[in-house]
Amino acid sequence: MRAAVAVFPGTWSDRDCEWALQQVGIVSRRVWHRDLPSFDRDELVVLPGGFSYGDYLRCGAIARFSPLMAAVRDHATAGGLVIGICNGFQILCEAGLLPGVLMRNSSLEFRCQDSLLRPESRISPFTDHLDPSSFLRIPVSHGEGNYYVDDVTLHDLEAEDRVAFRYVDAQGNLTSEANPNGSRNNIAGILNENGNILGMMPHPERACEALLGNEDGNAIWQSVLSSIGSD
Amino acid sequence: MTVEDRELDQVAMTRAEYERLVKMIGRVPTEVELGIVGALWSEHCGYKHSRSLFHHFPTEGVDVLTKVGEENAGAVDLGDGWCAVFKMESHNHPSAIEPYQGAATGVGGILRDIFAMGMRPIALLDSLRFGPLTDATNRYLFNGVVAGIGGYGNCIGVPTVGGEVQFDESYSGNPLVNAMCVGVGRTEHLLSASAGGPGNPLVLVGADTGRDGIHGATFASVELDESADERRPAVQVGNPFLEKLLLEACVELAEGHGDWIVGLQDLGAAGLTSSTVEAAARAGTGVEIDVALVPRRERQMTAYEVMLSESQERMLVIPKREHLDDVLQLFRRWEIRADVIGAVTGDGMVTVRDGDEIVAHLPVDVPTDPPMYPPKGIRPTEIDHWQAENLEDVPDLLDPEAALLRLLADTNIASRRFIYRQYDHQVLNNTVIKPGGDAAVLRVKGSRKGVAVTTDCNARFVGLEPRVGAAIAVAEAARNVVATGARPVAVTDCLNFGNPEKVSVAYQLEQAVLGIADACRALGTPVVSGNASLYNETPDGQILPTPGIGMLGVIDDIQQVIGAKPKAGDLLFVVGATLEQDVSSLAGSQYLTSKLGRLAGRPVLDLEHEVAVQRFVLDMHKRGLLSAAHDCSDGGLAIAVSEMCLASHIGIEAGDIDLGTRMDAALFGESQSRFVLAVHSESEALQLEAQADTVDIPITLVGTMTGSRIRLGDIDVHLDEAELAYSSGLEKALAG
Repeated sequence: MRAAVAVFPGTWSDRDCEWALQQVGIVSRRVWHRDLPSFDRDELVVLPGGFSYGDYLRCGAIARFSPLMAAVRDHATAGGLVIGICNGFQILCEAGLLPGVLMRNSSLEFRCQDSLLRPESRISPFTDHLDPSSFLRIPVSHGEGNYYVDDVTLHDLEAEDRVAFRYVDAQGNLTSEANPNGSRNNIAGILNENGNILGMMPHPERACEALLGNEDGNAIWQSVLSSIGSD
Repeated sequence: MTVEDRELDQVAMTRAEYERLVKMIGRVPTEVELGIVGALWSEHCGYKHSRSLFHHFPTEGVDVLTKVGEENAGAVDLGDGWCAVFKMESHNHPSAIEPYQGAATGVGGILRDIFAMGMRPIALLDSLRFGPLTDATNRYLFNGVVAGIGGYGNCIGVPTVGGEVQFDESYSGNPLVNAMCVGVGRTEHLLSASAGGPGNPLVLVGADTGRDGIHGATFASVELDESADERRPAVQVGNPFLEKLLLEACVELAEGHGDWIVGLQDLGAAGLTSSTVEAAARAGTGVEIDVALVPRRERQMTAYEVMLSESQERMLVIPKREHLDDVLQLFRRWEIRADVIGAVTGDGMVTVRDGDEIVAHLPVDVPTDPPMYPPKGIRPTEIDHWQAENLEDVPDLLDPEAALLRLLADTNIASRRFIYRQYDHQVLNNTVIKPGGDAAVLRVKGSRKGVAVTTDCNARFVGLEPRVGAAIAVAEAARNVVATGARPVAVTDCLNFGNPEKVSVAYQLEQAVLGIADACRALGTPVVSGNASLYNETPDGQILPTPGIGMLGVIDDIQQVIGAKPKAGDLLFVVGATLEQDVSSLAGSQYLTSKLGRLAGRPVLDLEHEVAVQRFVLDMHKRGLLSAAHDCSDGGLAIAVSEMCLASHIGIEAGDIDLGTRMDAALFGESQSRFVLAVHSESEALQLEAQADTVDIPITLVGTMTGSRIRLGDIDVHLDEAELAYSSGLEKALAG
């Protein structure tokens, strides 16, 4: 499996994502948003973190109109894998590929700190090889990560096992202290109905190396490799 | 035509300076010429009161790649074909008026200095000073500055990994915002800032030019008074998104196509004026600019306004003539405006036209030859008065526990986590030692090396004895780097002082420069770049002399880096001095200053001893003996030990140590050249002590890391109580 990392004006964790993917042996290419690529069927498309278009208007509001997003949409519709991290998650929501919206952190402050995640969903290659009793310590770094969605859709997300990750404390409780941004039901990441599109606020690409203090993020890429195979 | 005082005030020029200009060019200057010279002869750009002192600094070294002052930042060789560039700059006056944008554009400005050299910025640090947070205005400034730093740094995707913040009454109304940036890259990609090759075009890239920031340089060169608020238009407004694009384009240019260009220069203070003139001066050429070709964001801007605008996020590129289109295409691909606005000439002149009309025609030498005013200092009597105070008369501690908790919660010591958790400190995946330690450490991808970076200055010591205090700032910065296992390599300085026309400030300035030179020579850390910010005073008074030091260190194997977090069972030692301390060690300490409400005493530094202790610690580190290390500074030994306990959340058993006759001095005295070292085993402890003996370095066992209480002499507090004081100190003060 290979990966294609999208780069919009203002994206900055593209190289970090490539570096992390390299740690688990996934070859990747960076794709400039204007270069109108087509993605291979088995390519993992990564929408990385950053401040695309400076977060003007709303986070991700402008990037979603980029020519690249048409290709992302086609790829996802055909069942290809897409992961949106932080700003990437915001872009997926703005583009309607995932439901809901990421609002300003309830603290009204930007927060850069570790979060503890419980992987939950069984419907997606991103998480189905992760052990729900083994929490992942993954850093967050955002000012707008407060996930909100209406009651009906929230009910569907929960009922359809589409919550990928939740912020928990060391004992697995959904406390407000464990929640860095105030998101509903301590949601840190969600999936589309097919489980092939994942949006998550925490940055797994920053937890990729012992030298940096944490390798927990690699489990997510490895779950995909286990599910899909590593050609 | 005689020029009005009002016009001269606008450009912060004295009448005598004006007369000098008239003499130099043999005629009365045009309006644009007056603006150009006024800007470049301002204190901020011209360094009139400080330049004569800089020859004292040691600036060369086997690792130094640039000539100080000749490039946008200082470059040092890291070995293996890698180099690091770094610099610290002030943005004090704008931040006093408009804290968010003042701080944000300070960050933007220093970033540009780094990527103008073709190096990718990998870290930001901020050295901040404010008046006490008990005052609502100071809280407003603090919040604005912290938000501005985060707003810019987080958006552009360069991690903010360190810095410092100190509070003192003298900074009320005169906050200090010094931003430091470090960039890293291959030495062969290092770019220059000179405009060579007559006939080569001048290309302006980045933002449109507007009226923001006009007279920013001159504004930074005068005292702040009641009319300062009216100068808000002199504060620049930042666009970090655009700067991110500029950064990528410039780094791509340097890494892939350095041969397309002759020079790259950022537009900072005095905008187009300084960048074109300085670039020409460096190359020994001239420049011709047509302001009609400069893209504007506001209508009907005059030539004067275009030349002096300090609109942010603009760079000047000097491509080789034959590669003009290549360069234009590169920037346009990044969706950045790029326009030819003029050319390099061989006539040694600065020529500015507005279409067909020539509005300025000056020899390059004129604006780059400001008058020099070597400071004539007289030692302020207060210094001797403060030093004469007999500290023996101060009664010793009665309640050491209460004193510890008070100090842990003091805004000058308390945890800064509240601040740095608002900054992205991990982007780029290089941060190995994160904020909260002695120095931040970043690895250099593609190599085994790492760079350790920190900013330091205890202004109280500088106030009490300028030469010694400034040397202490350098020593402390080096100590912070050494604590991580890195070797101090070079310094960038940011001199923040009051009005240099006052003899007391002139004295502080010249003595501080001498002190920095003393320490840099002894430690082998040349000054490779720097900045001076003068006139930091209001009608209420001037700031404590604050010569900020940015130190860069190198660690050859990043895997060997250590932090300040001991493990359970570790043995803690203090090295560099005995546990027993003379009462004189309380001089200028946080403890004594809080107790008396004023400065008192005389700080002391033995540079030879400092060098020996640092060498010892690095040697112990190389031998793999150290589990953790922390330098002793603000708050003294008790705070250093407590910080290590809080970092690892483990207590210490040191209840029966002998603190000698003065408990206050032993616990909270701030004598120099000391570290707290942690070793894991008895045998390592014995080795450490034996090694210290062979080089005559004082070493004393403090205690063992165990349990959940901090037991140090008569102090016996639970970790949770200490944690509460330390972690909430700043937040509580901000609640007002």
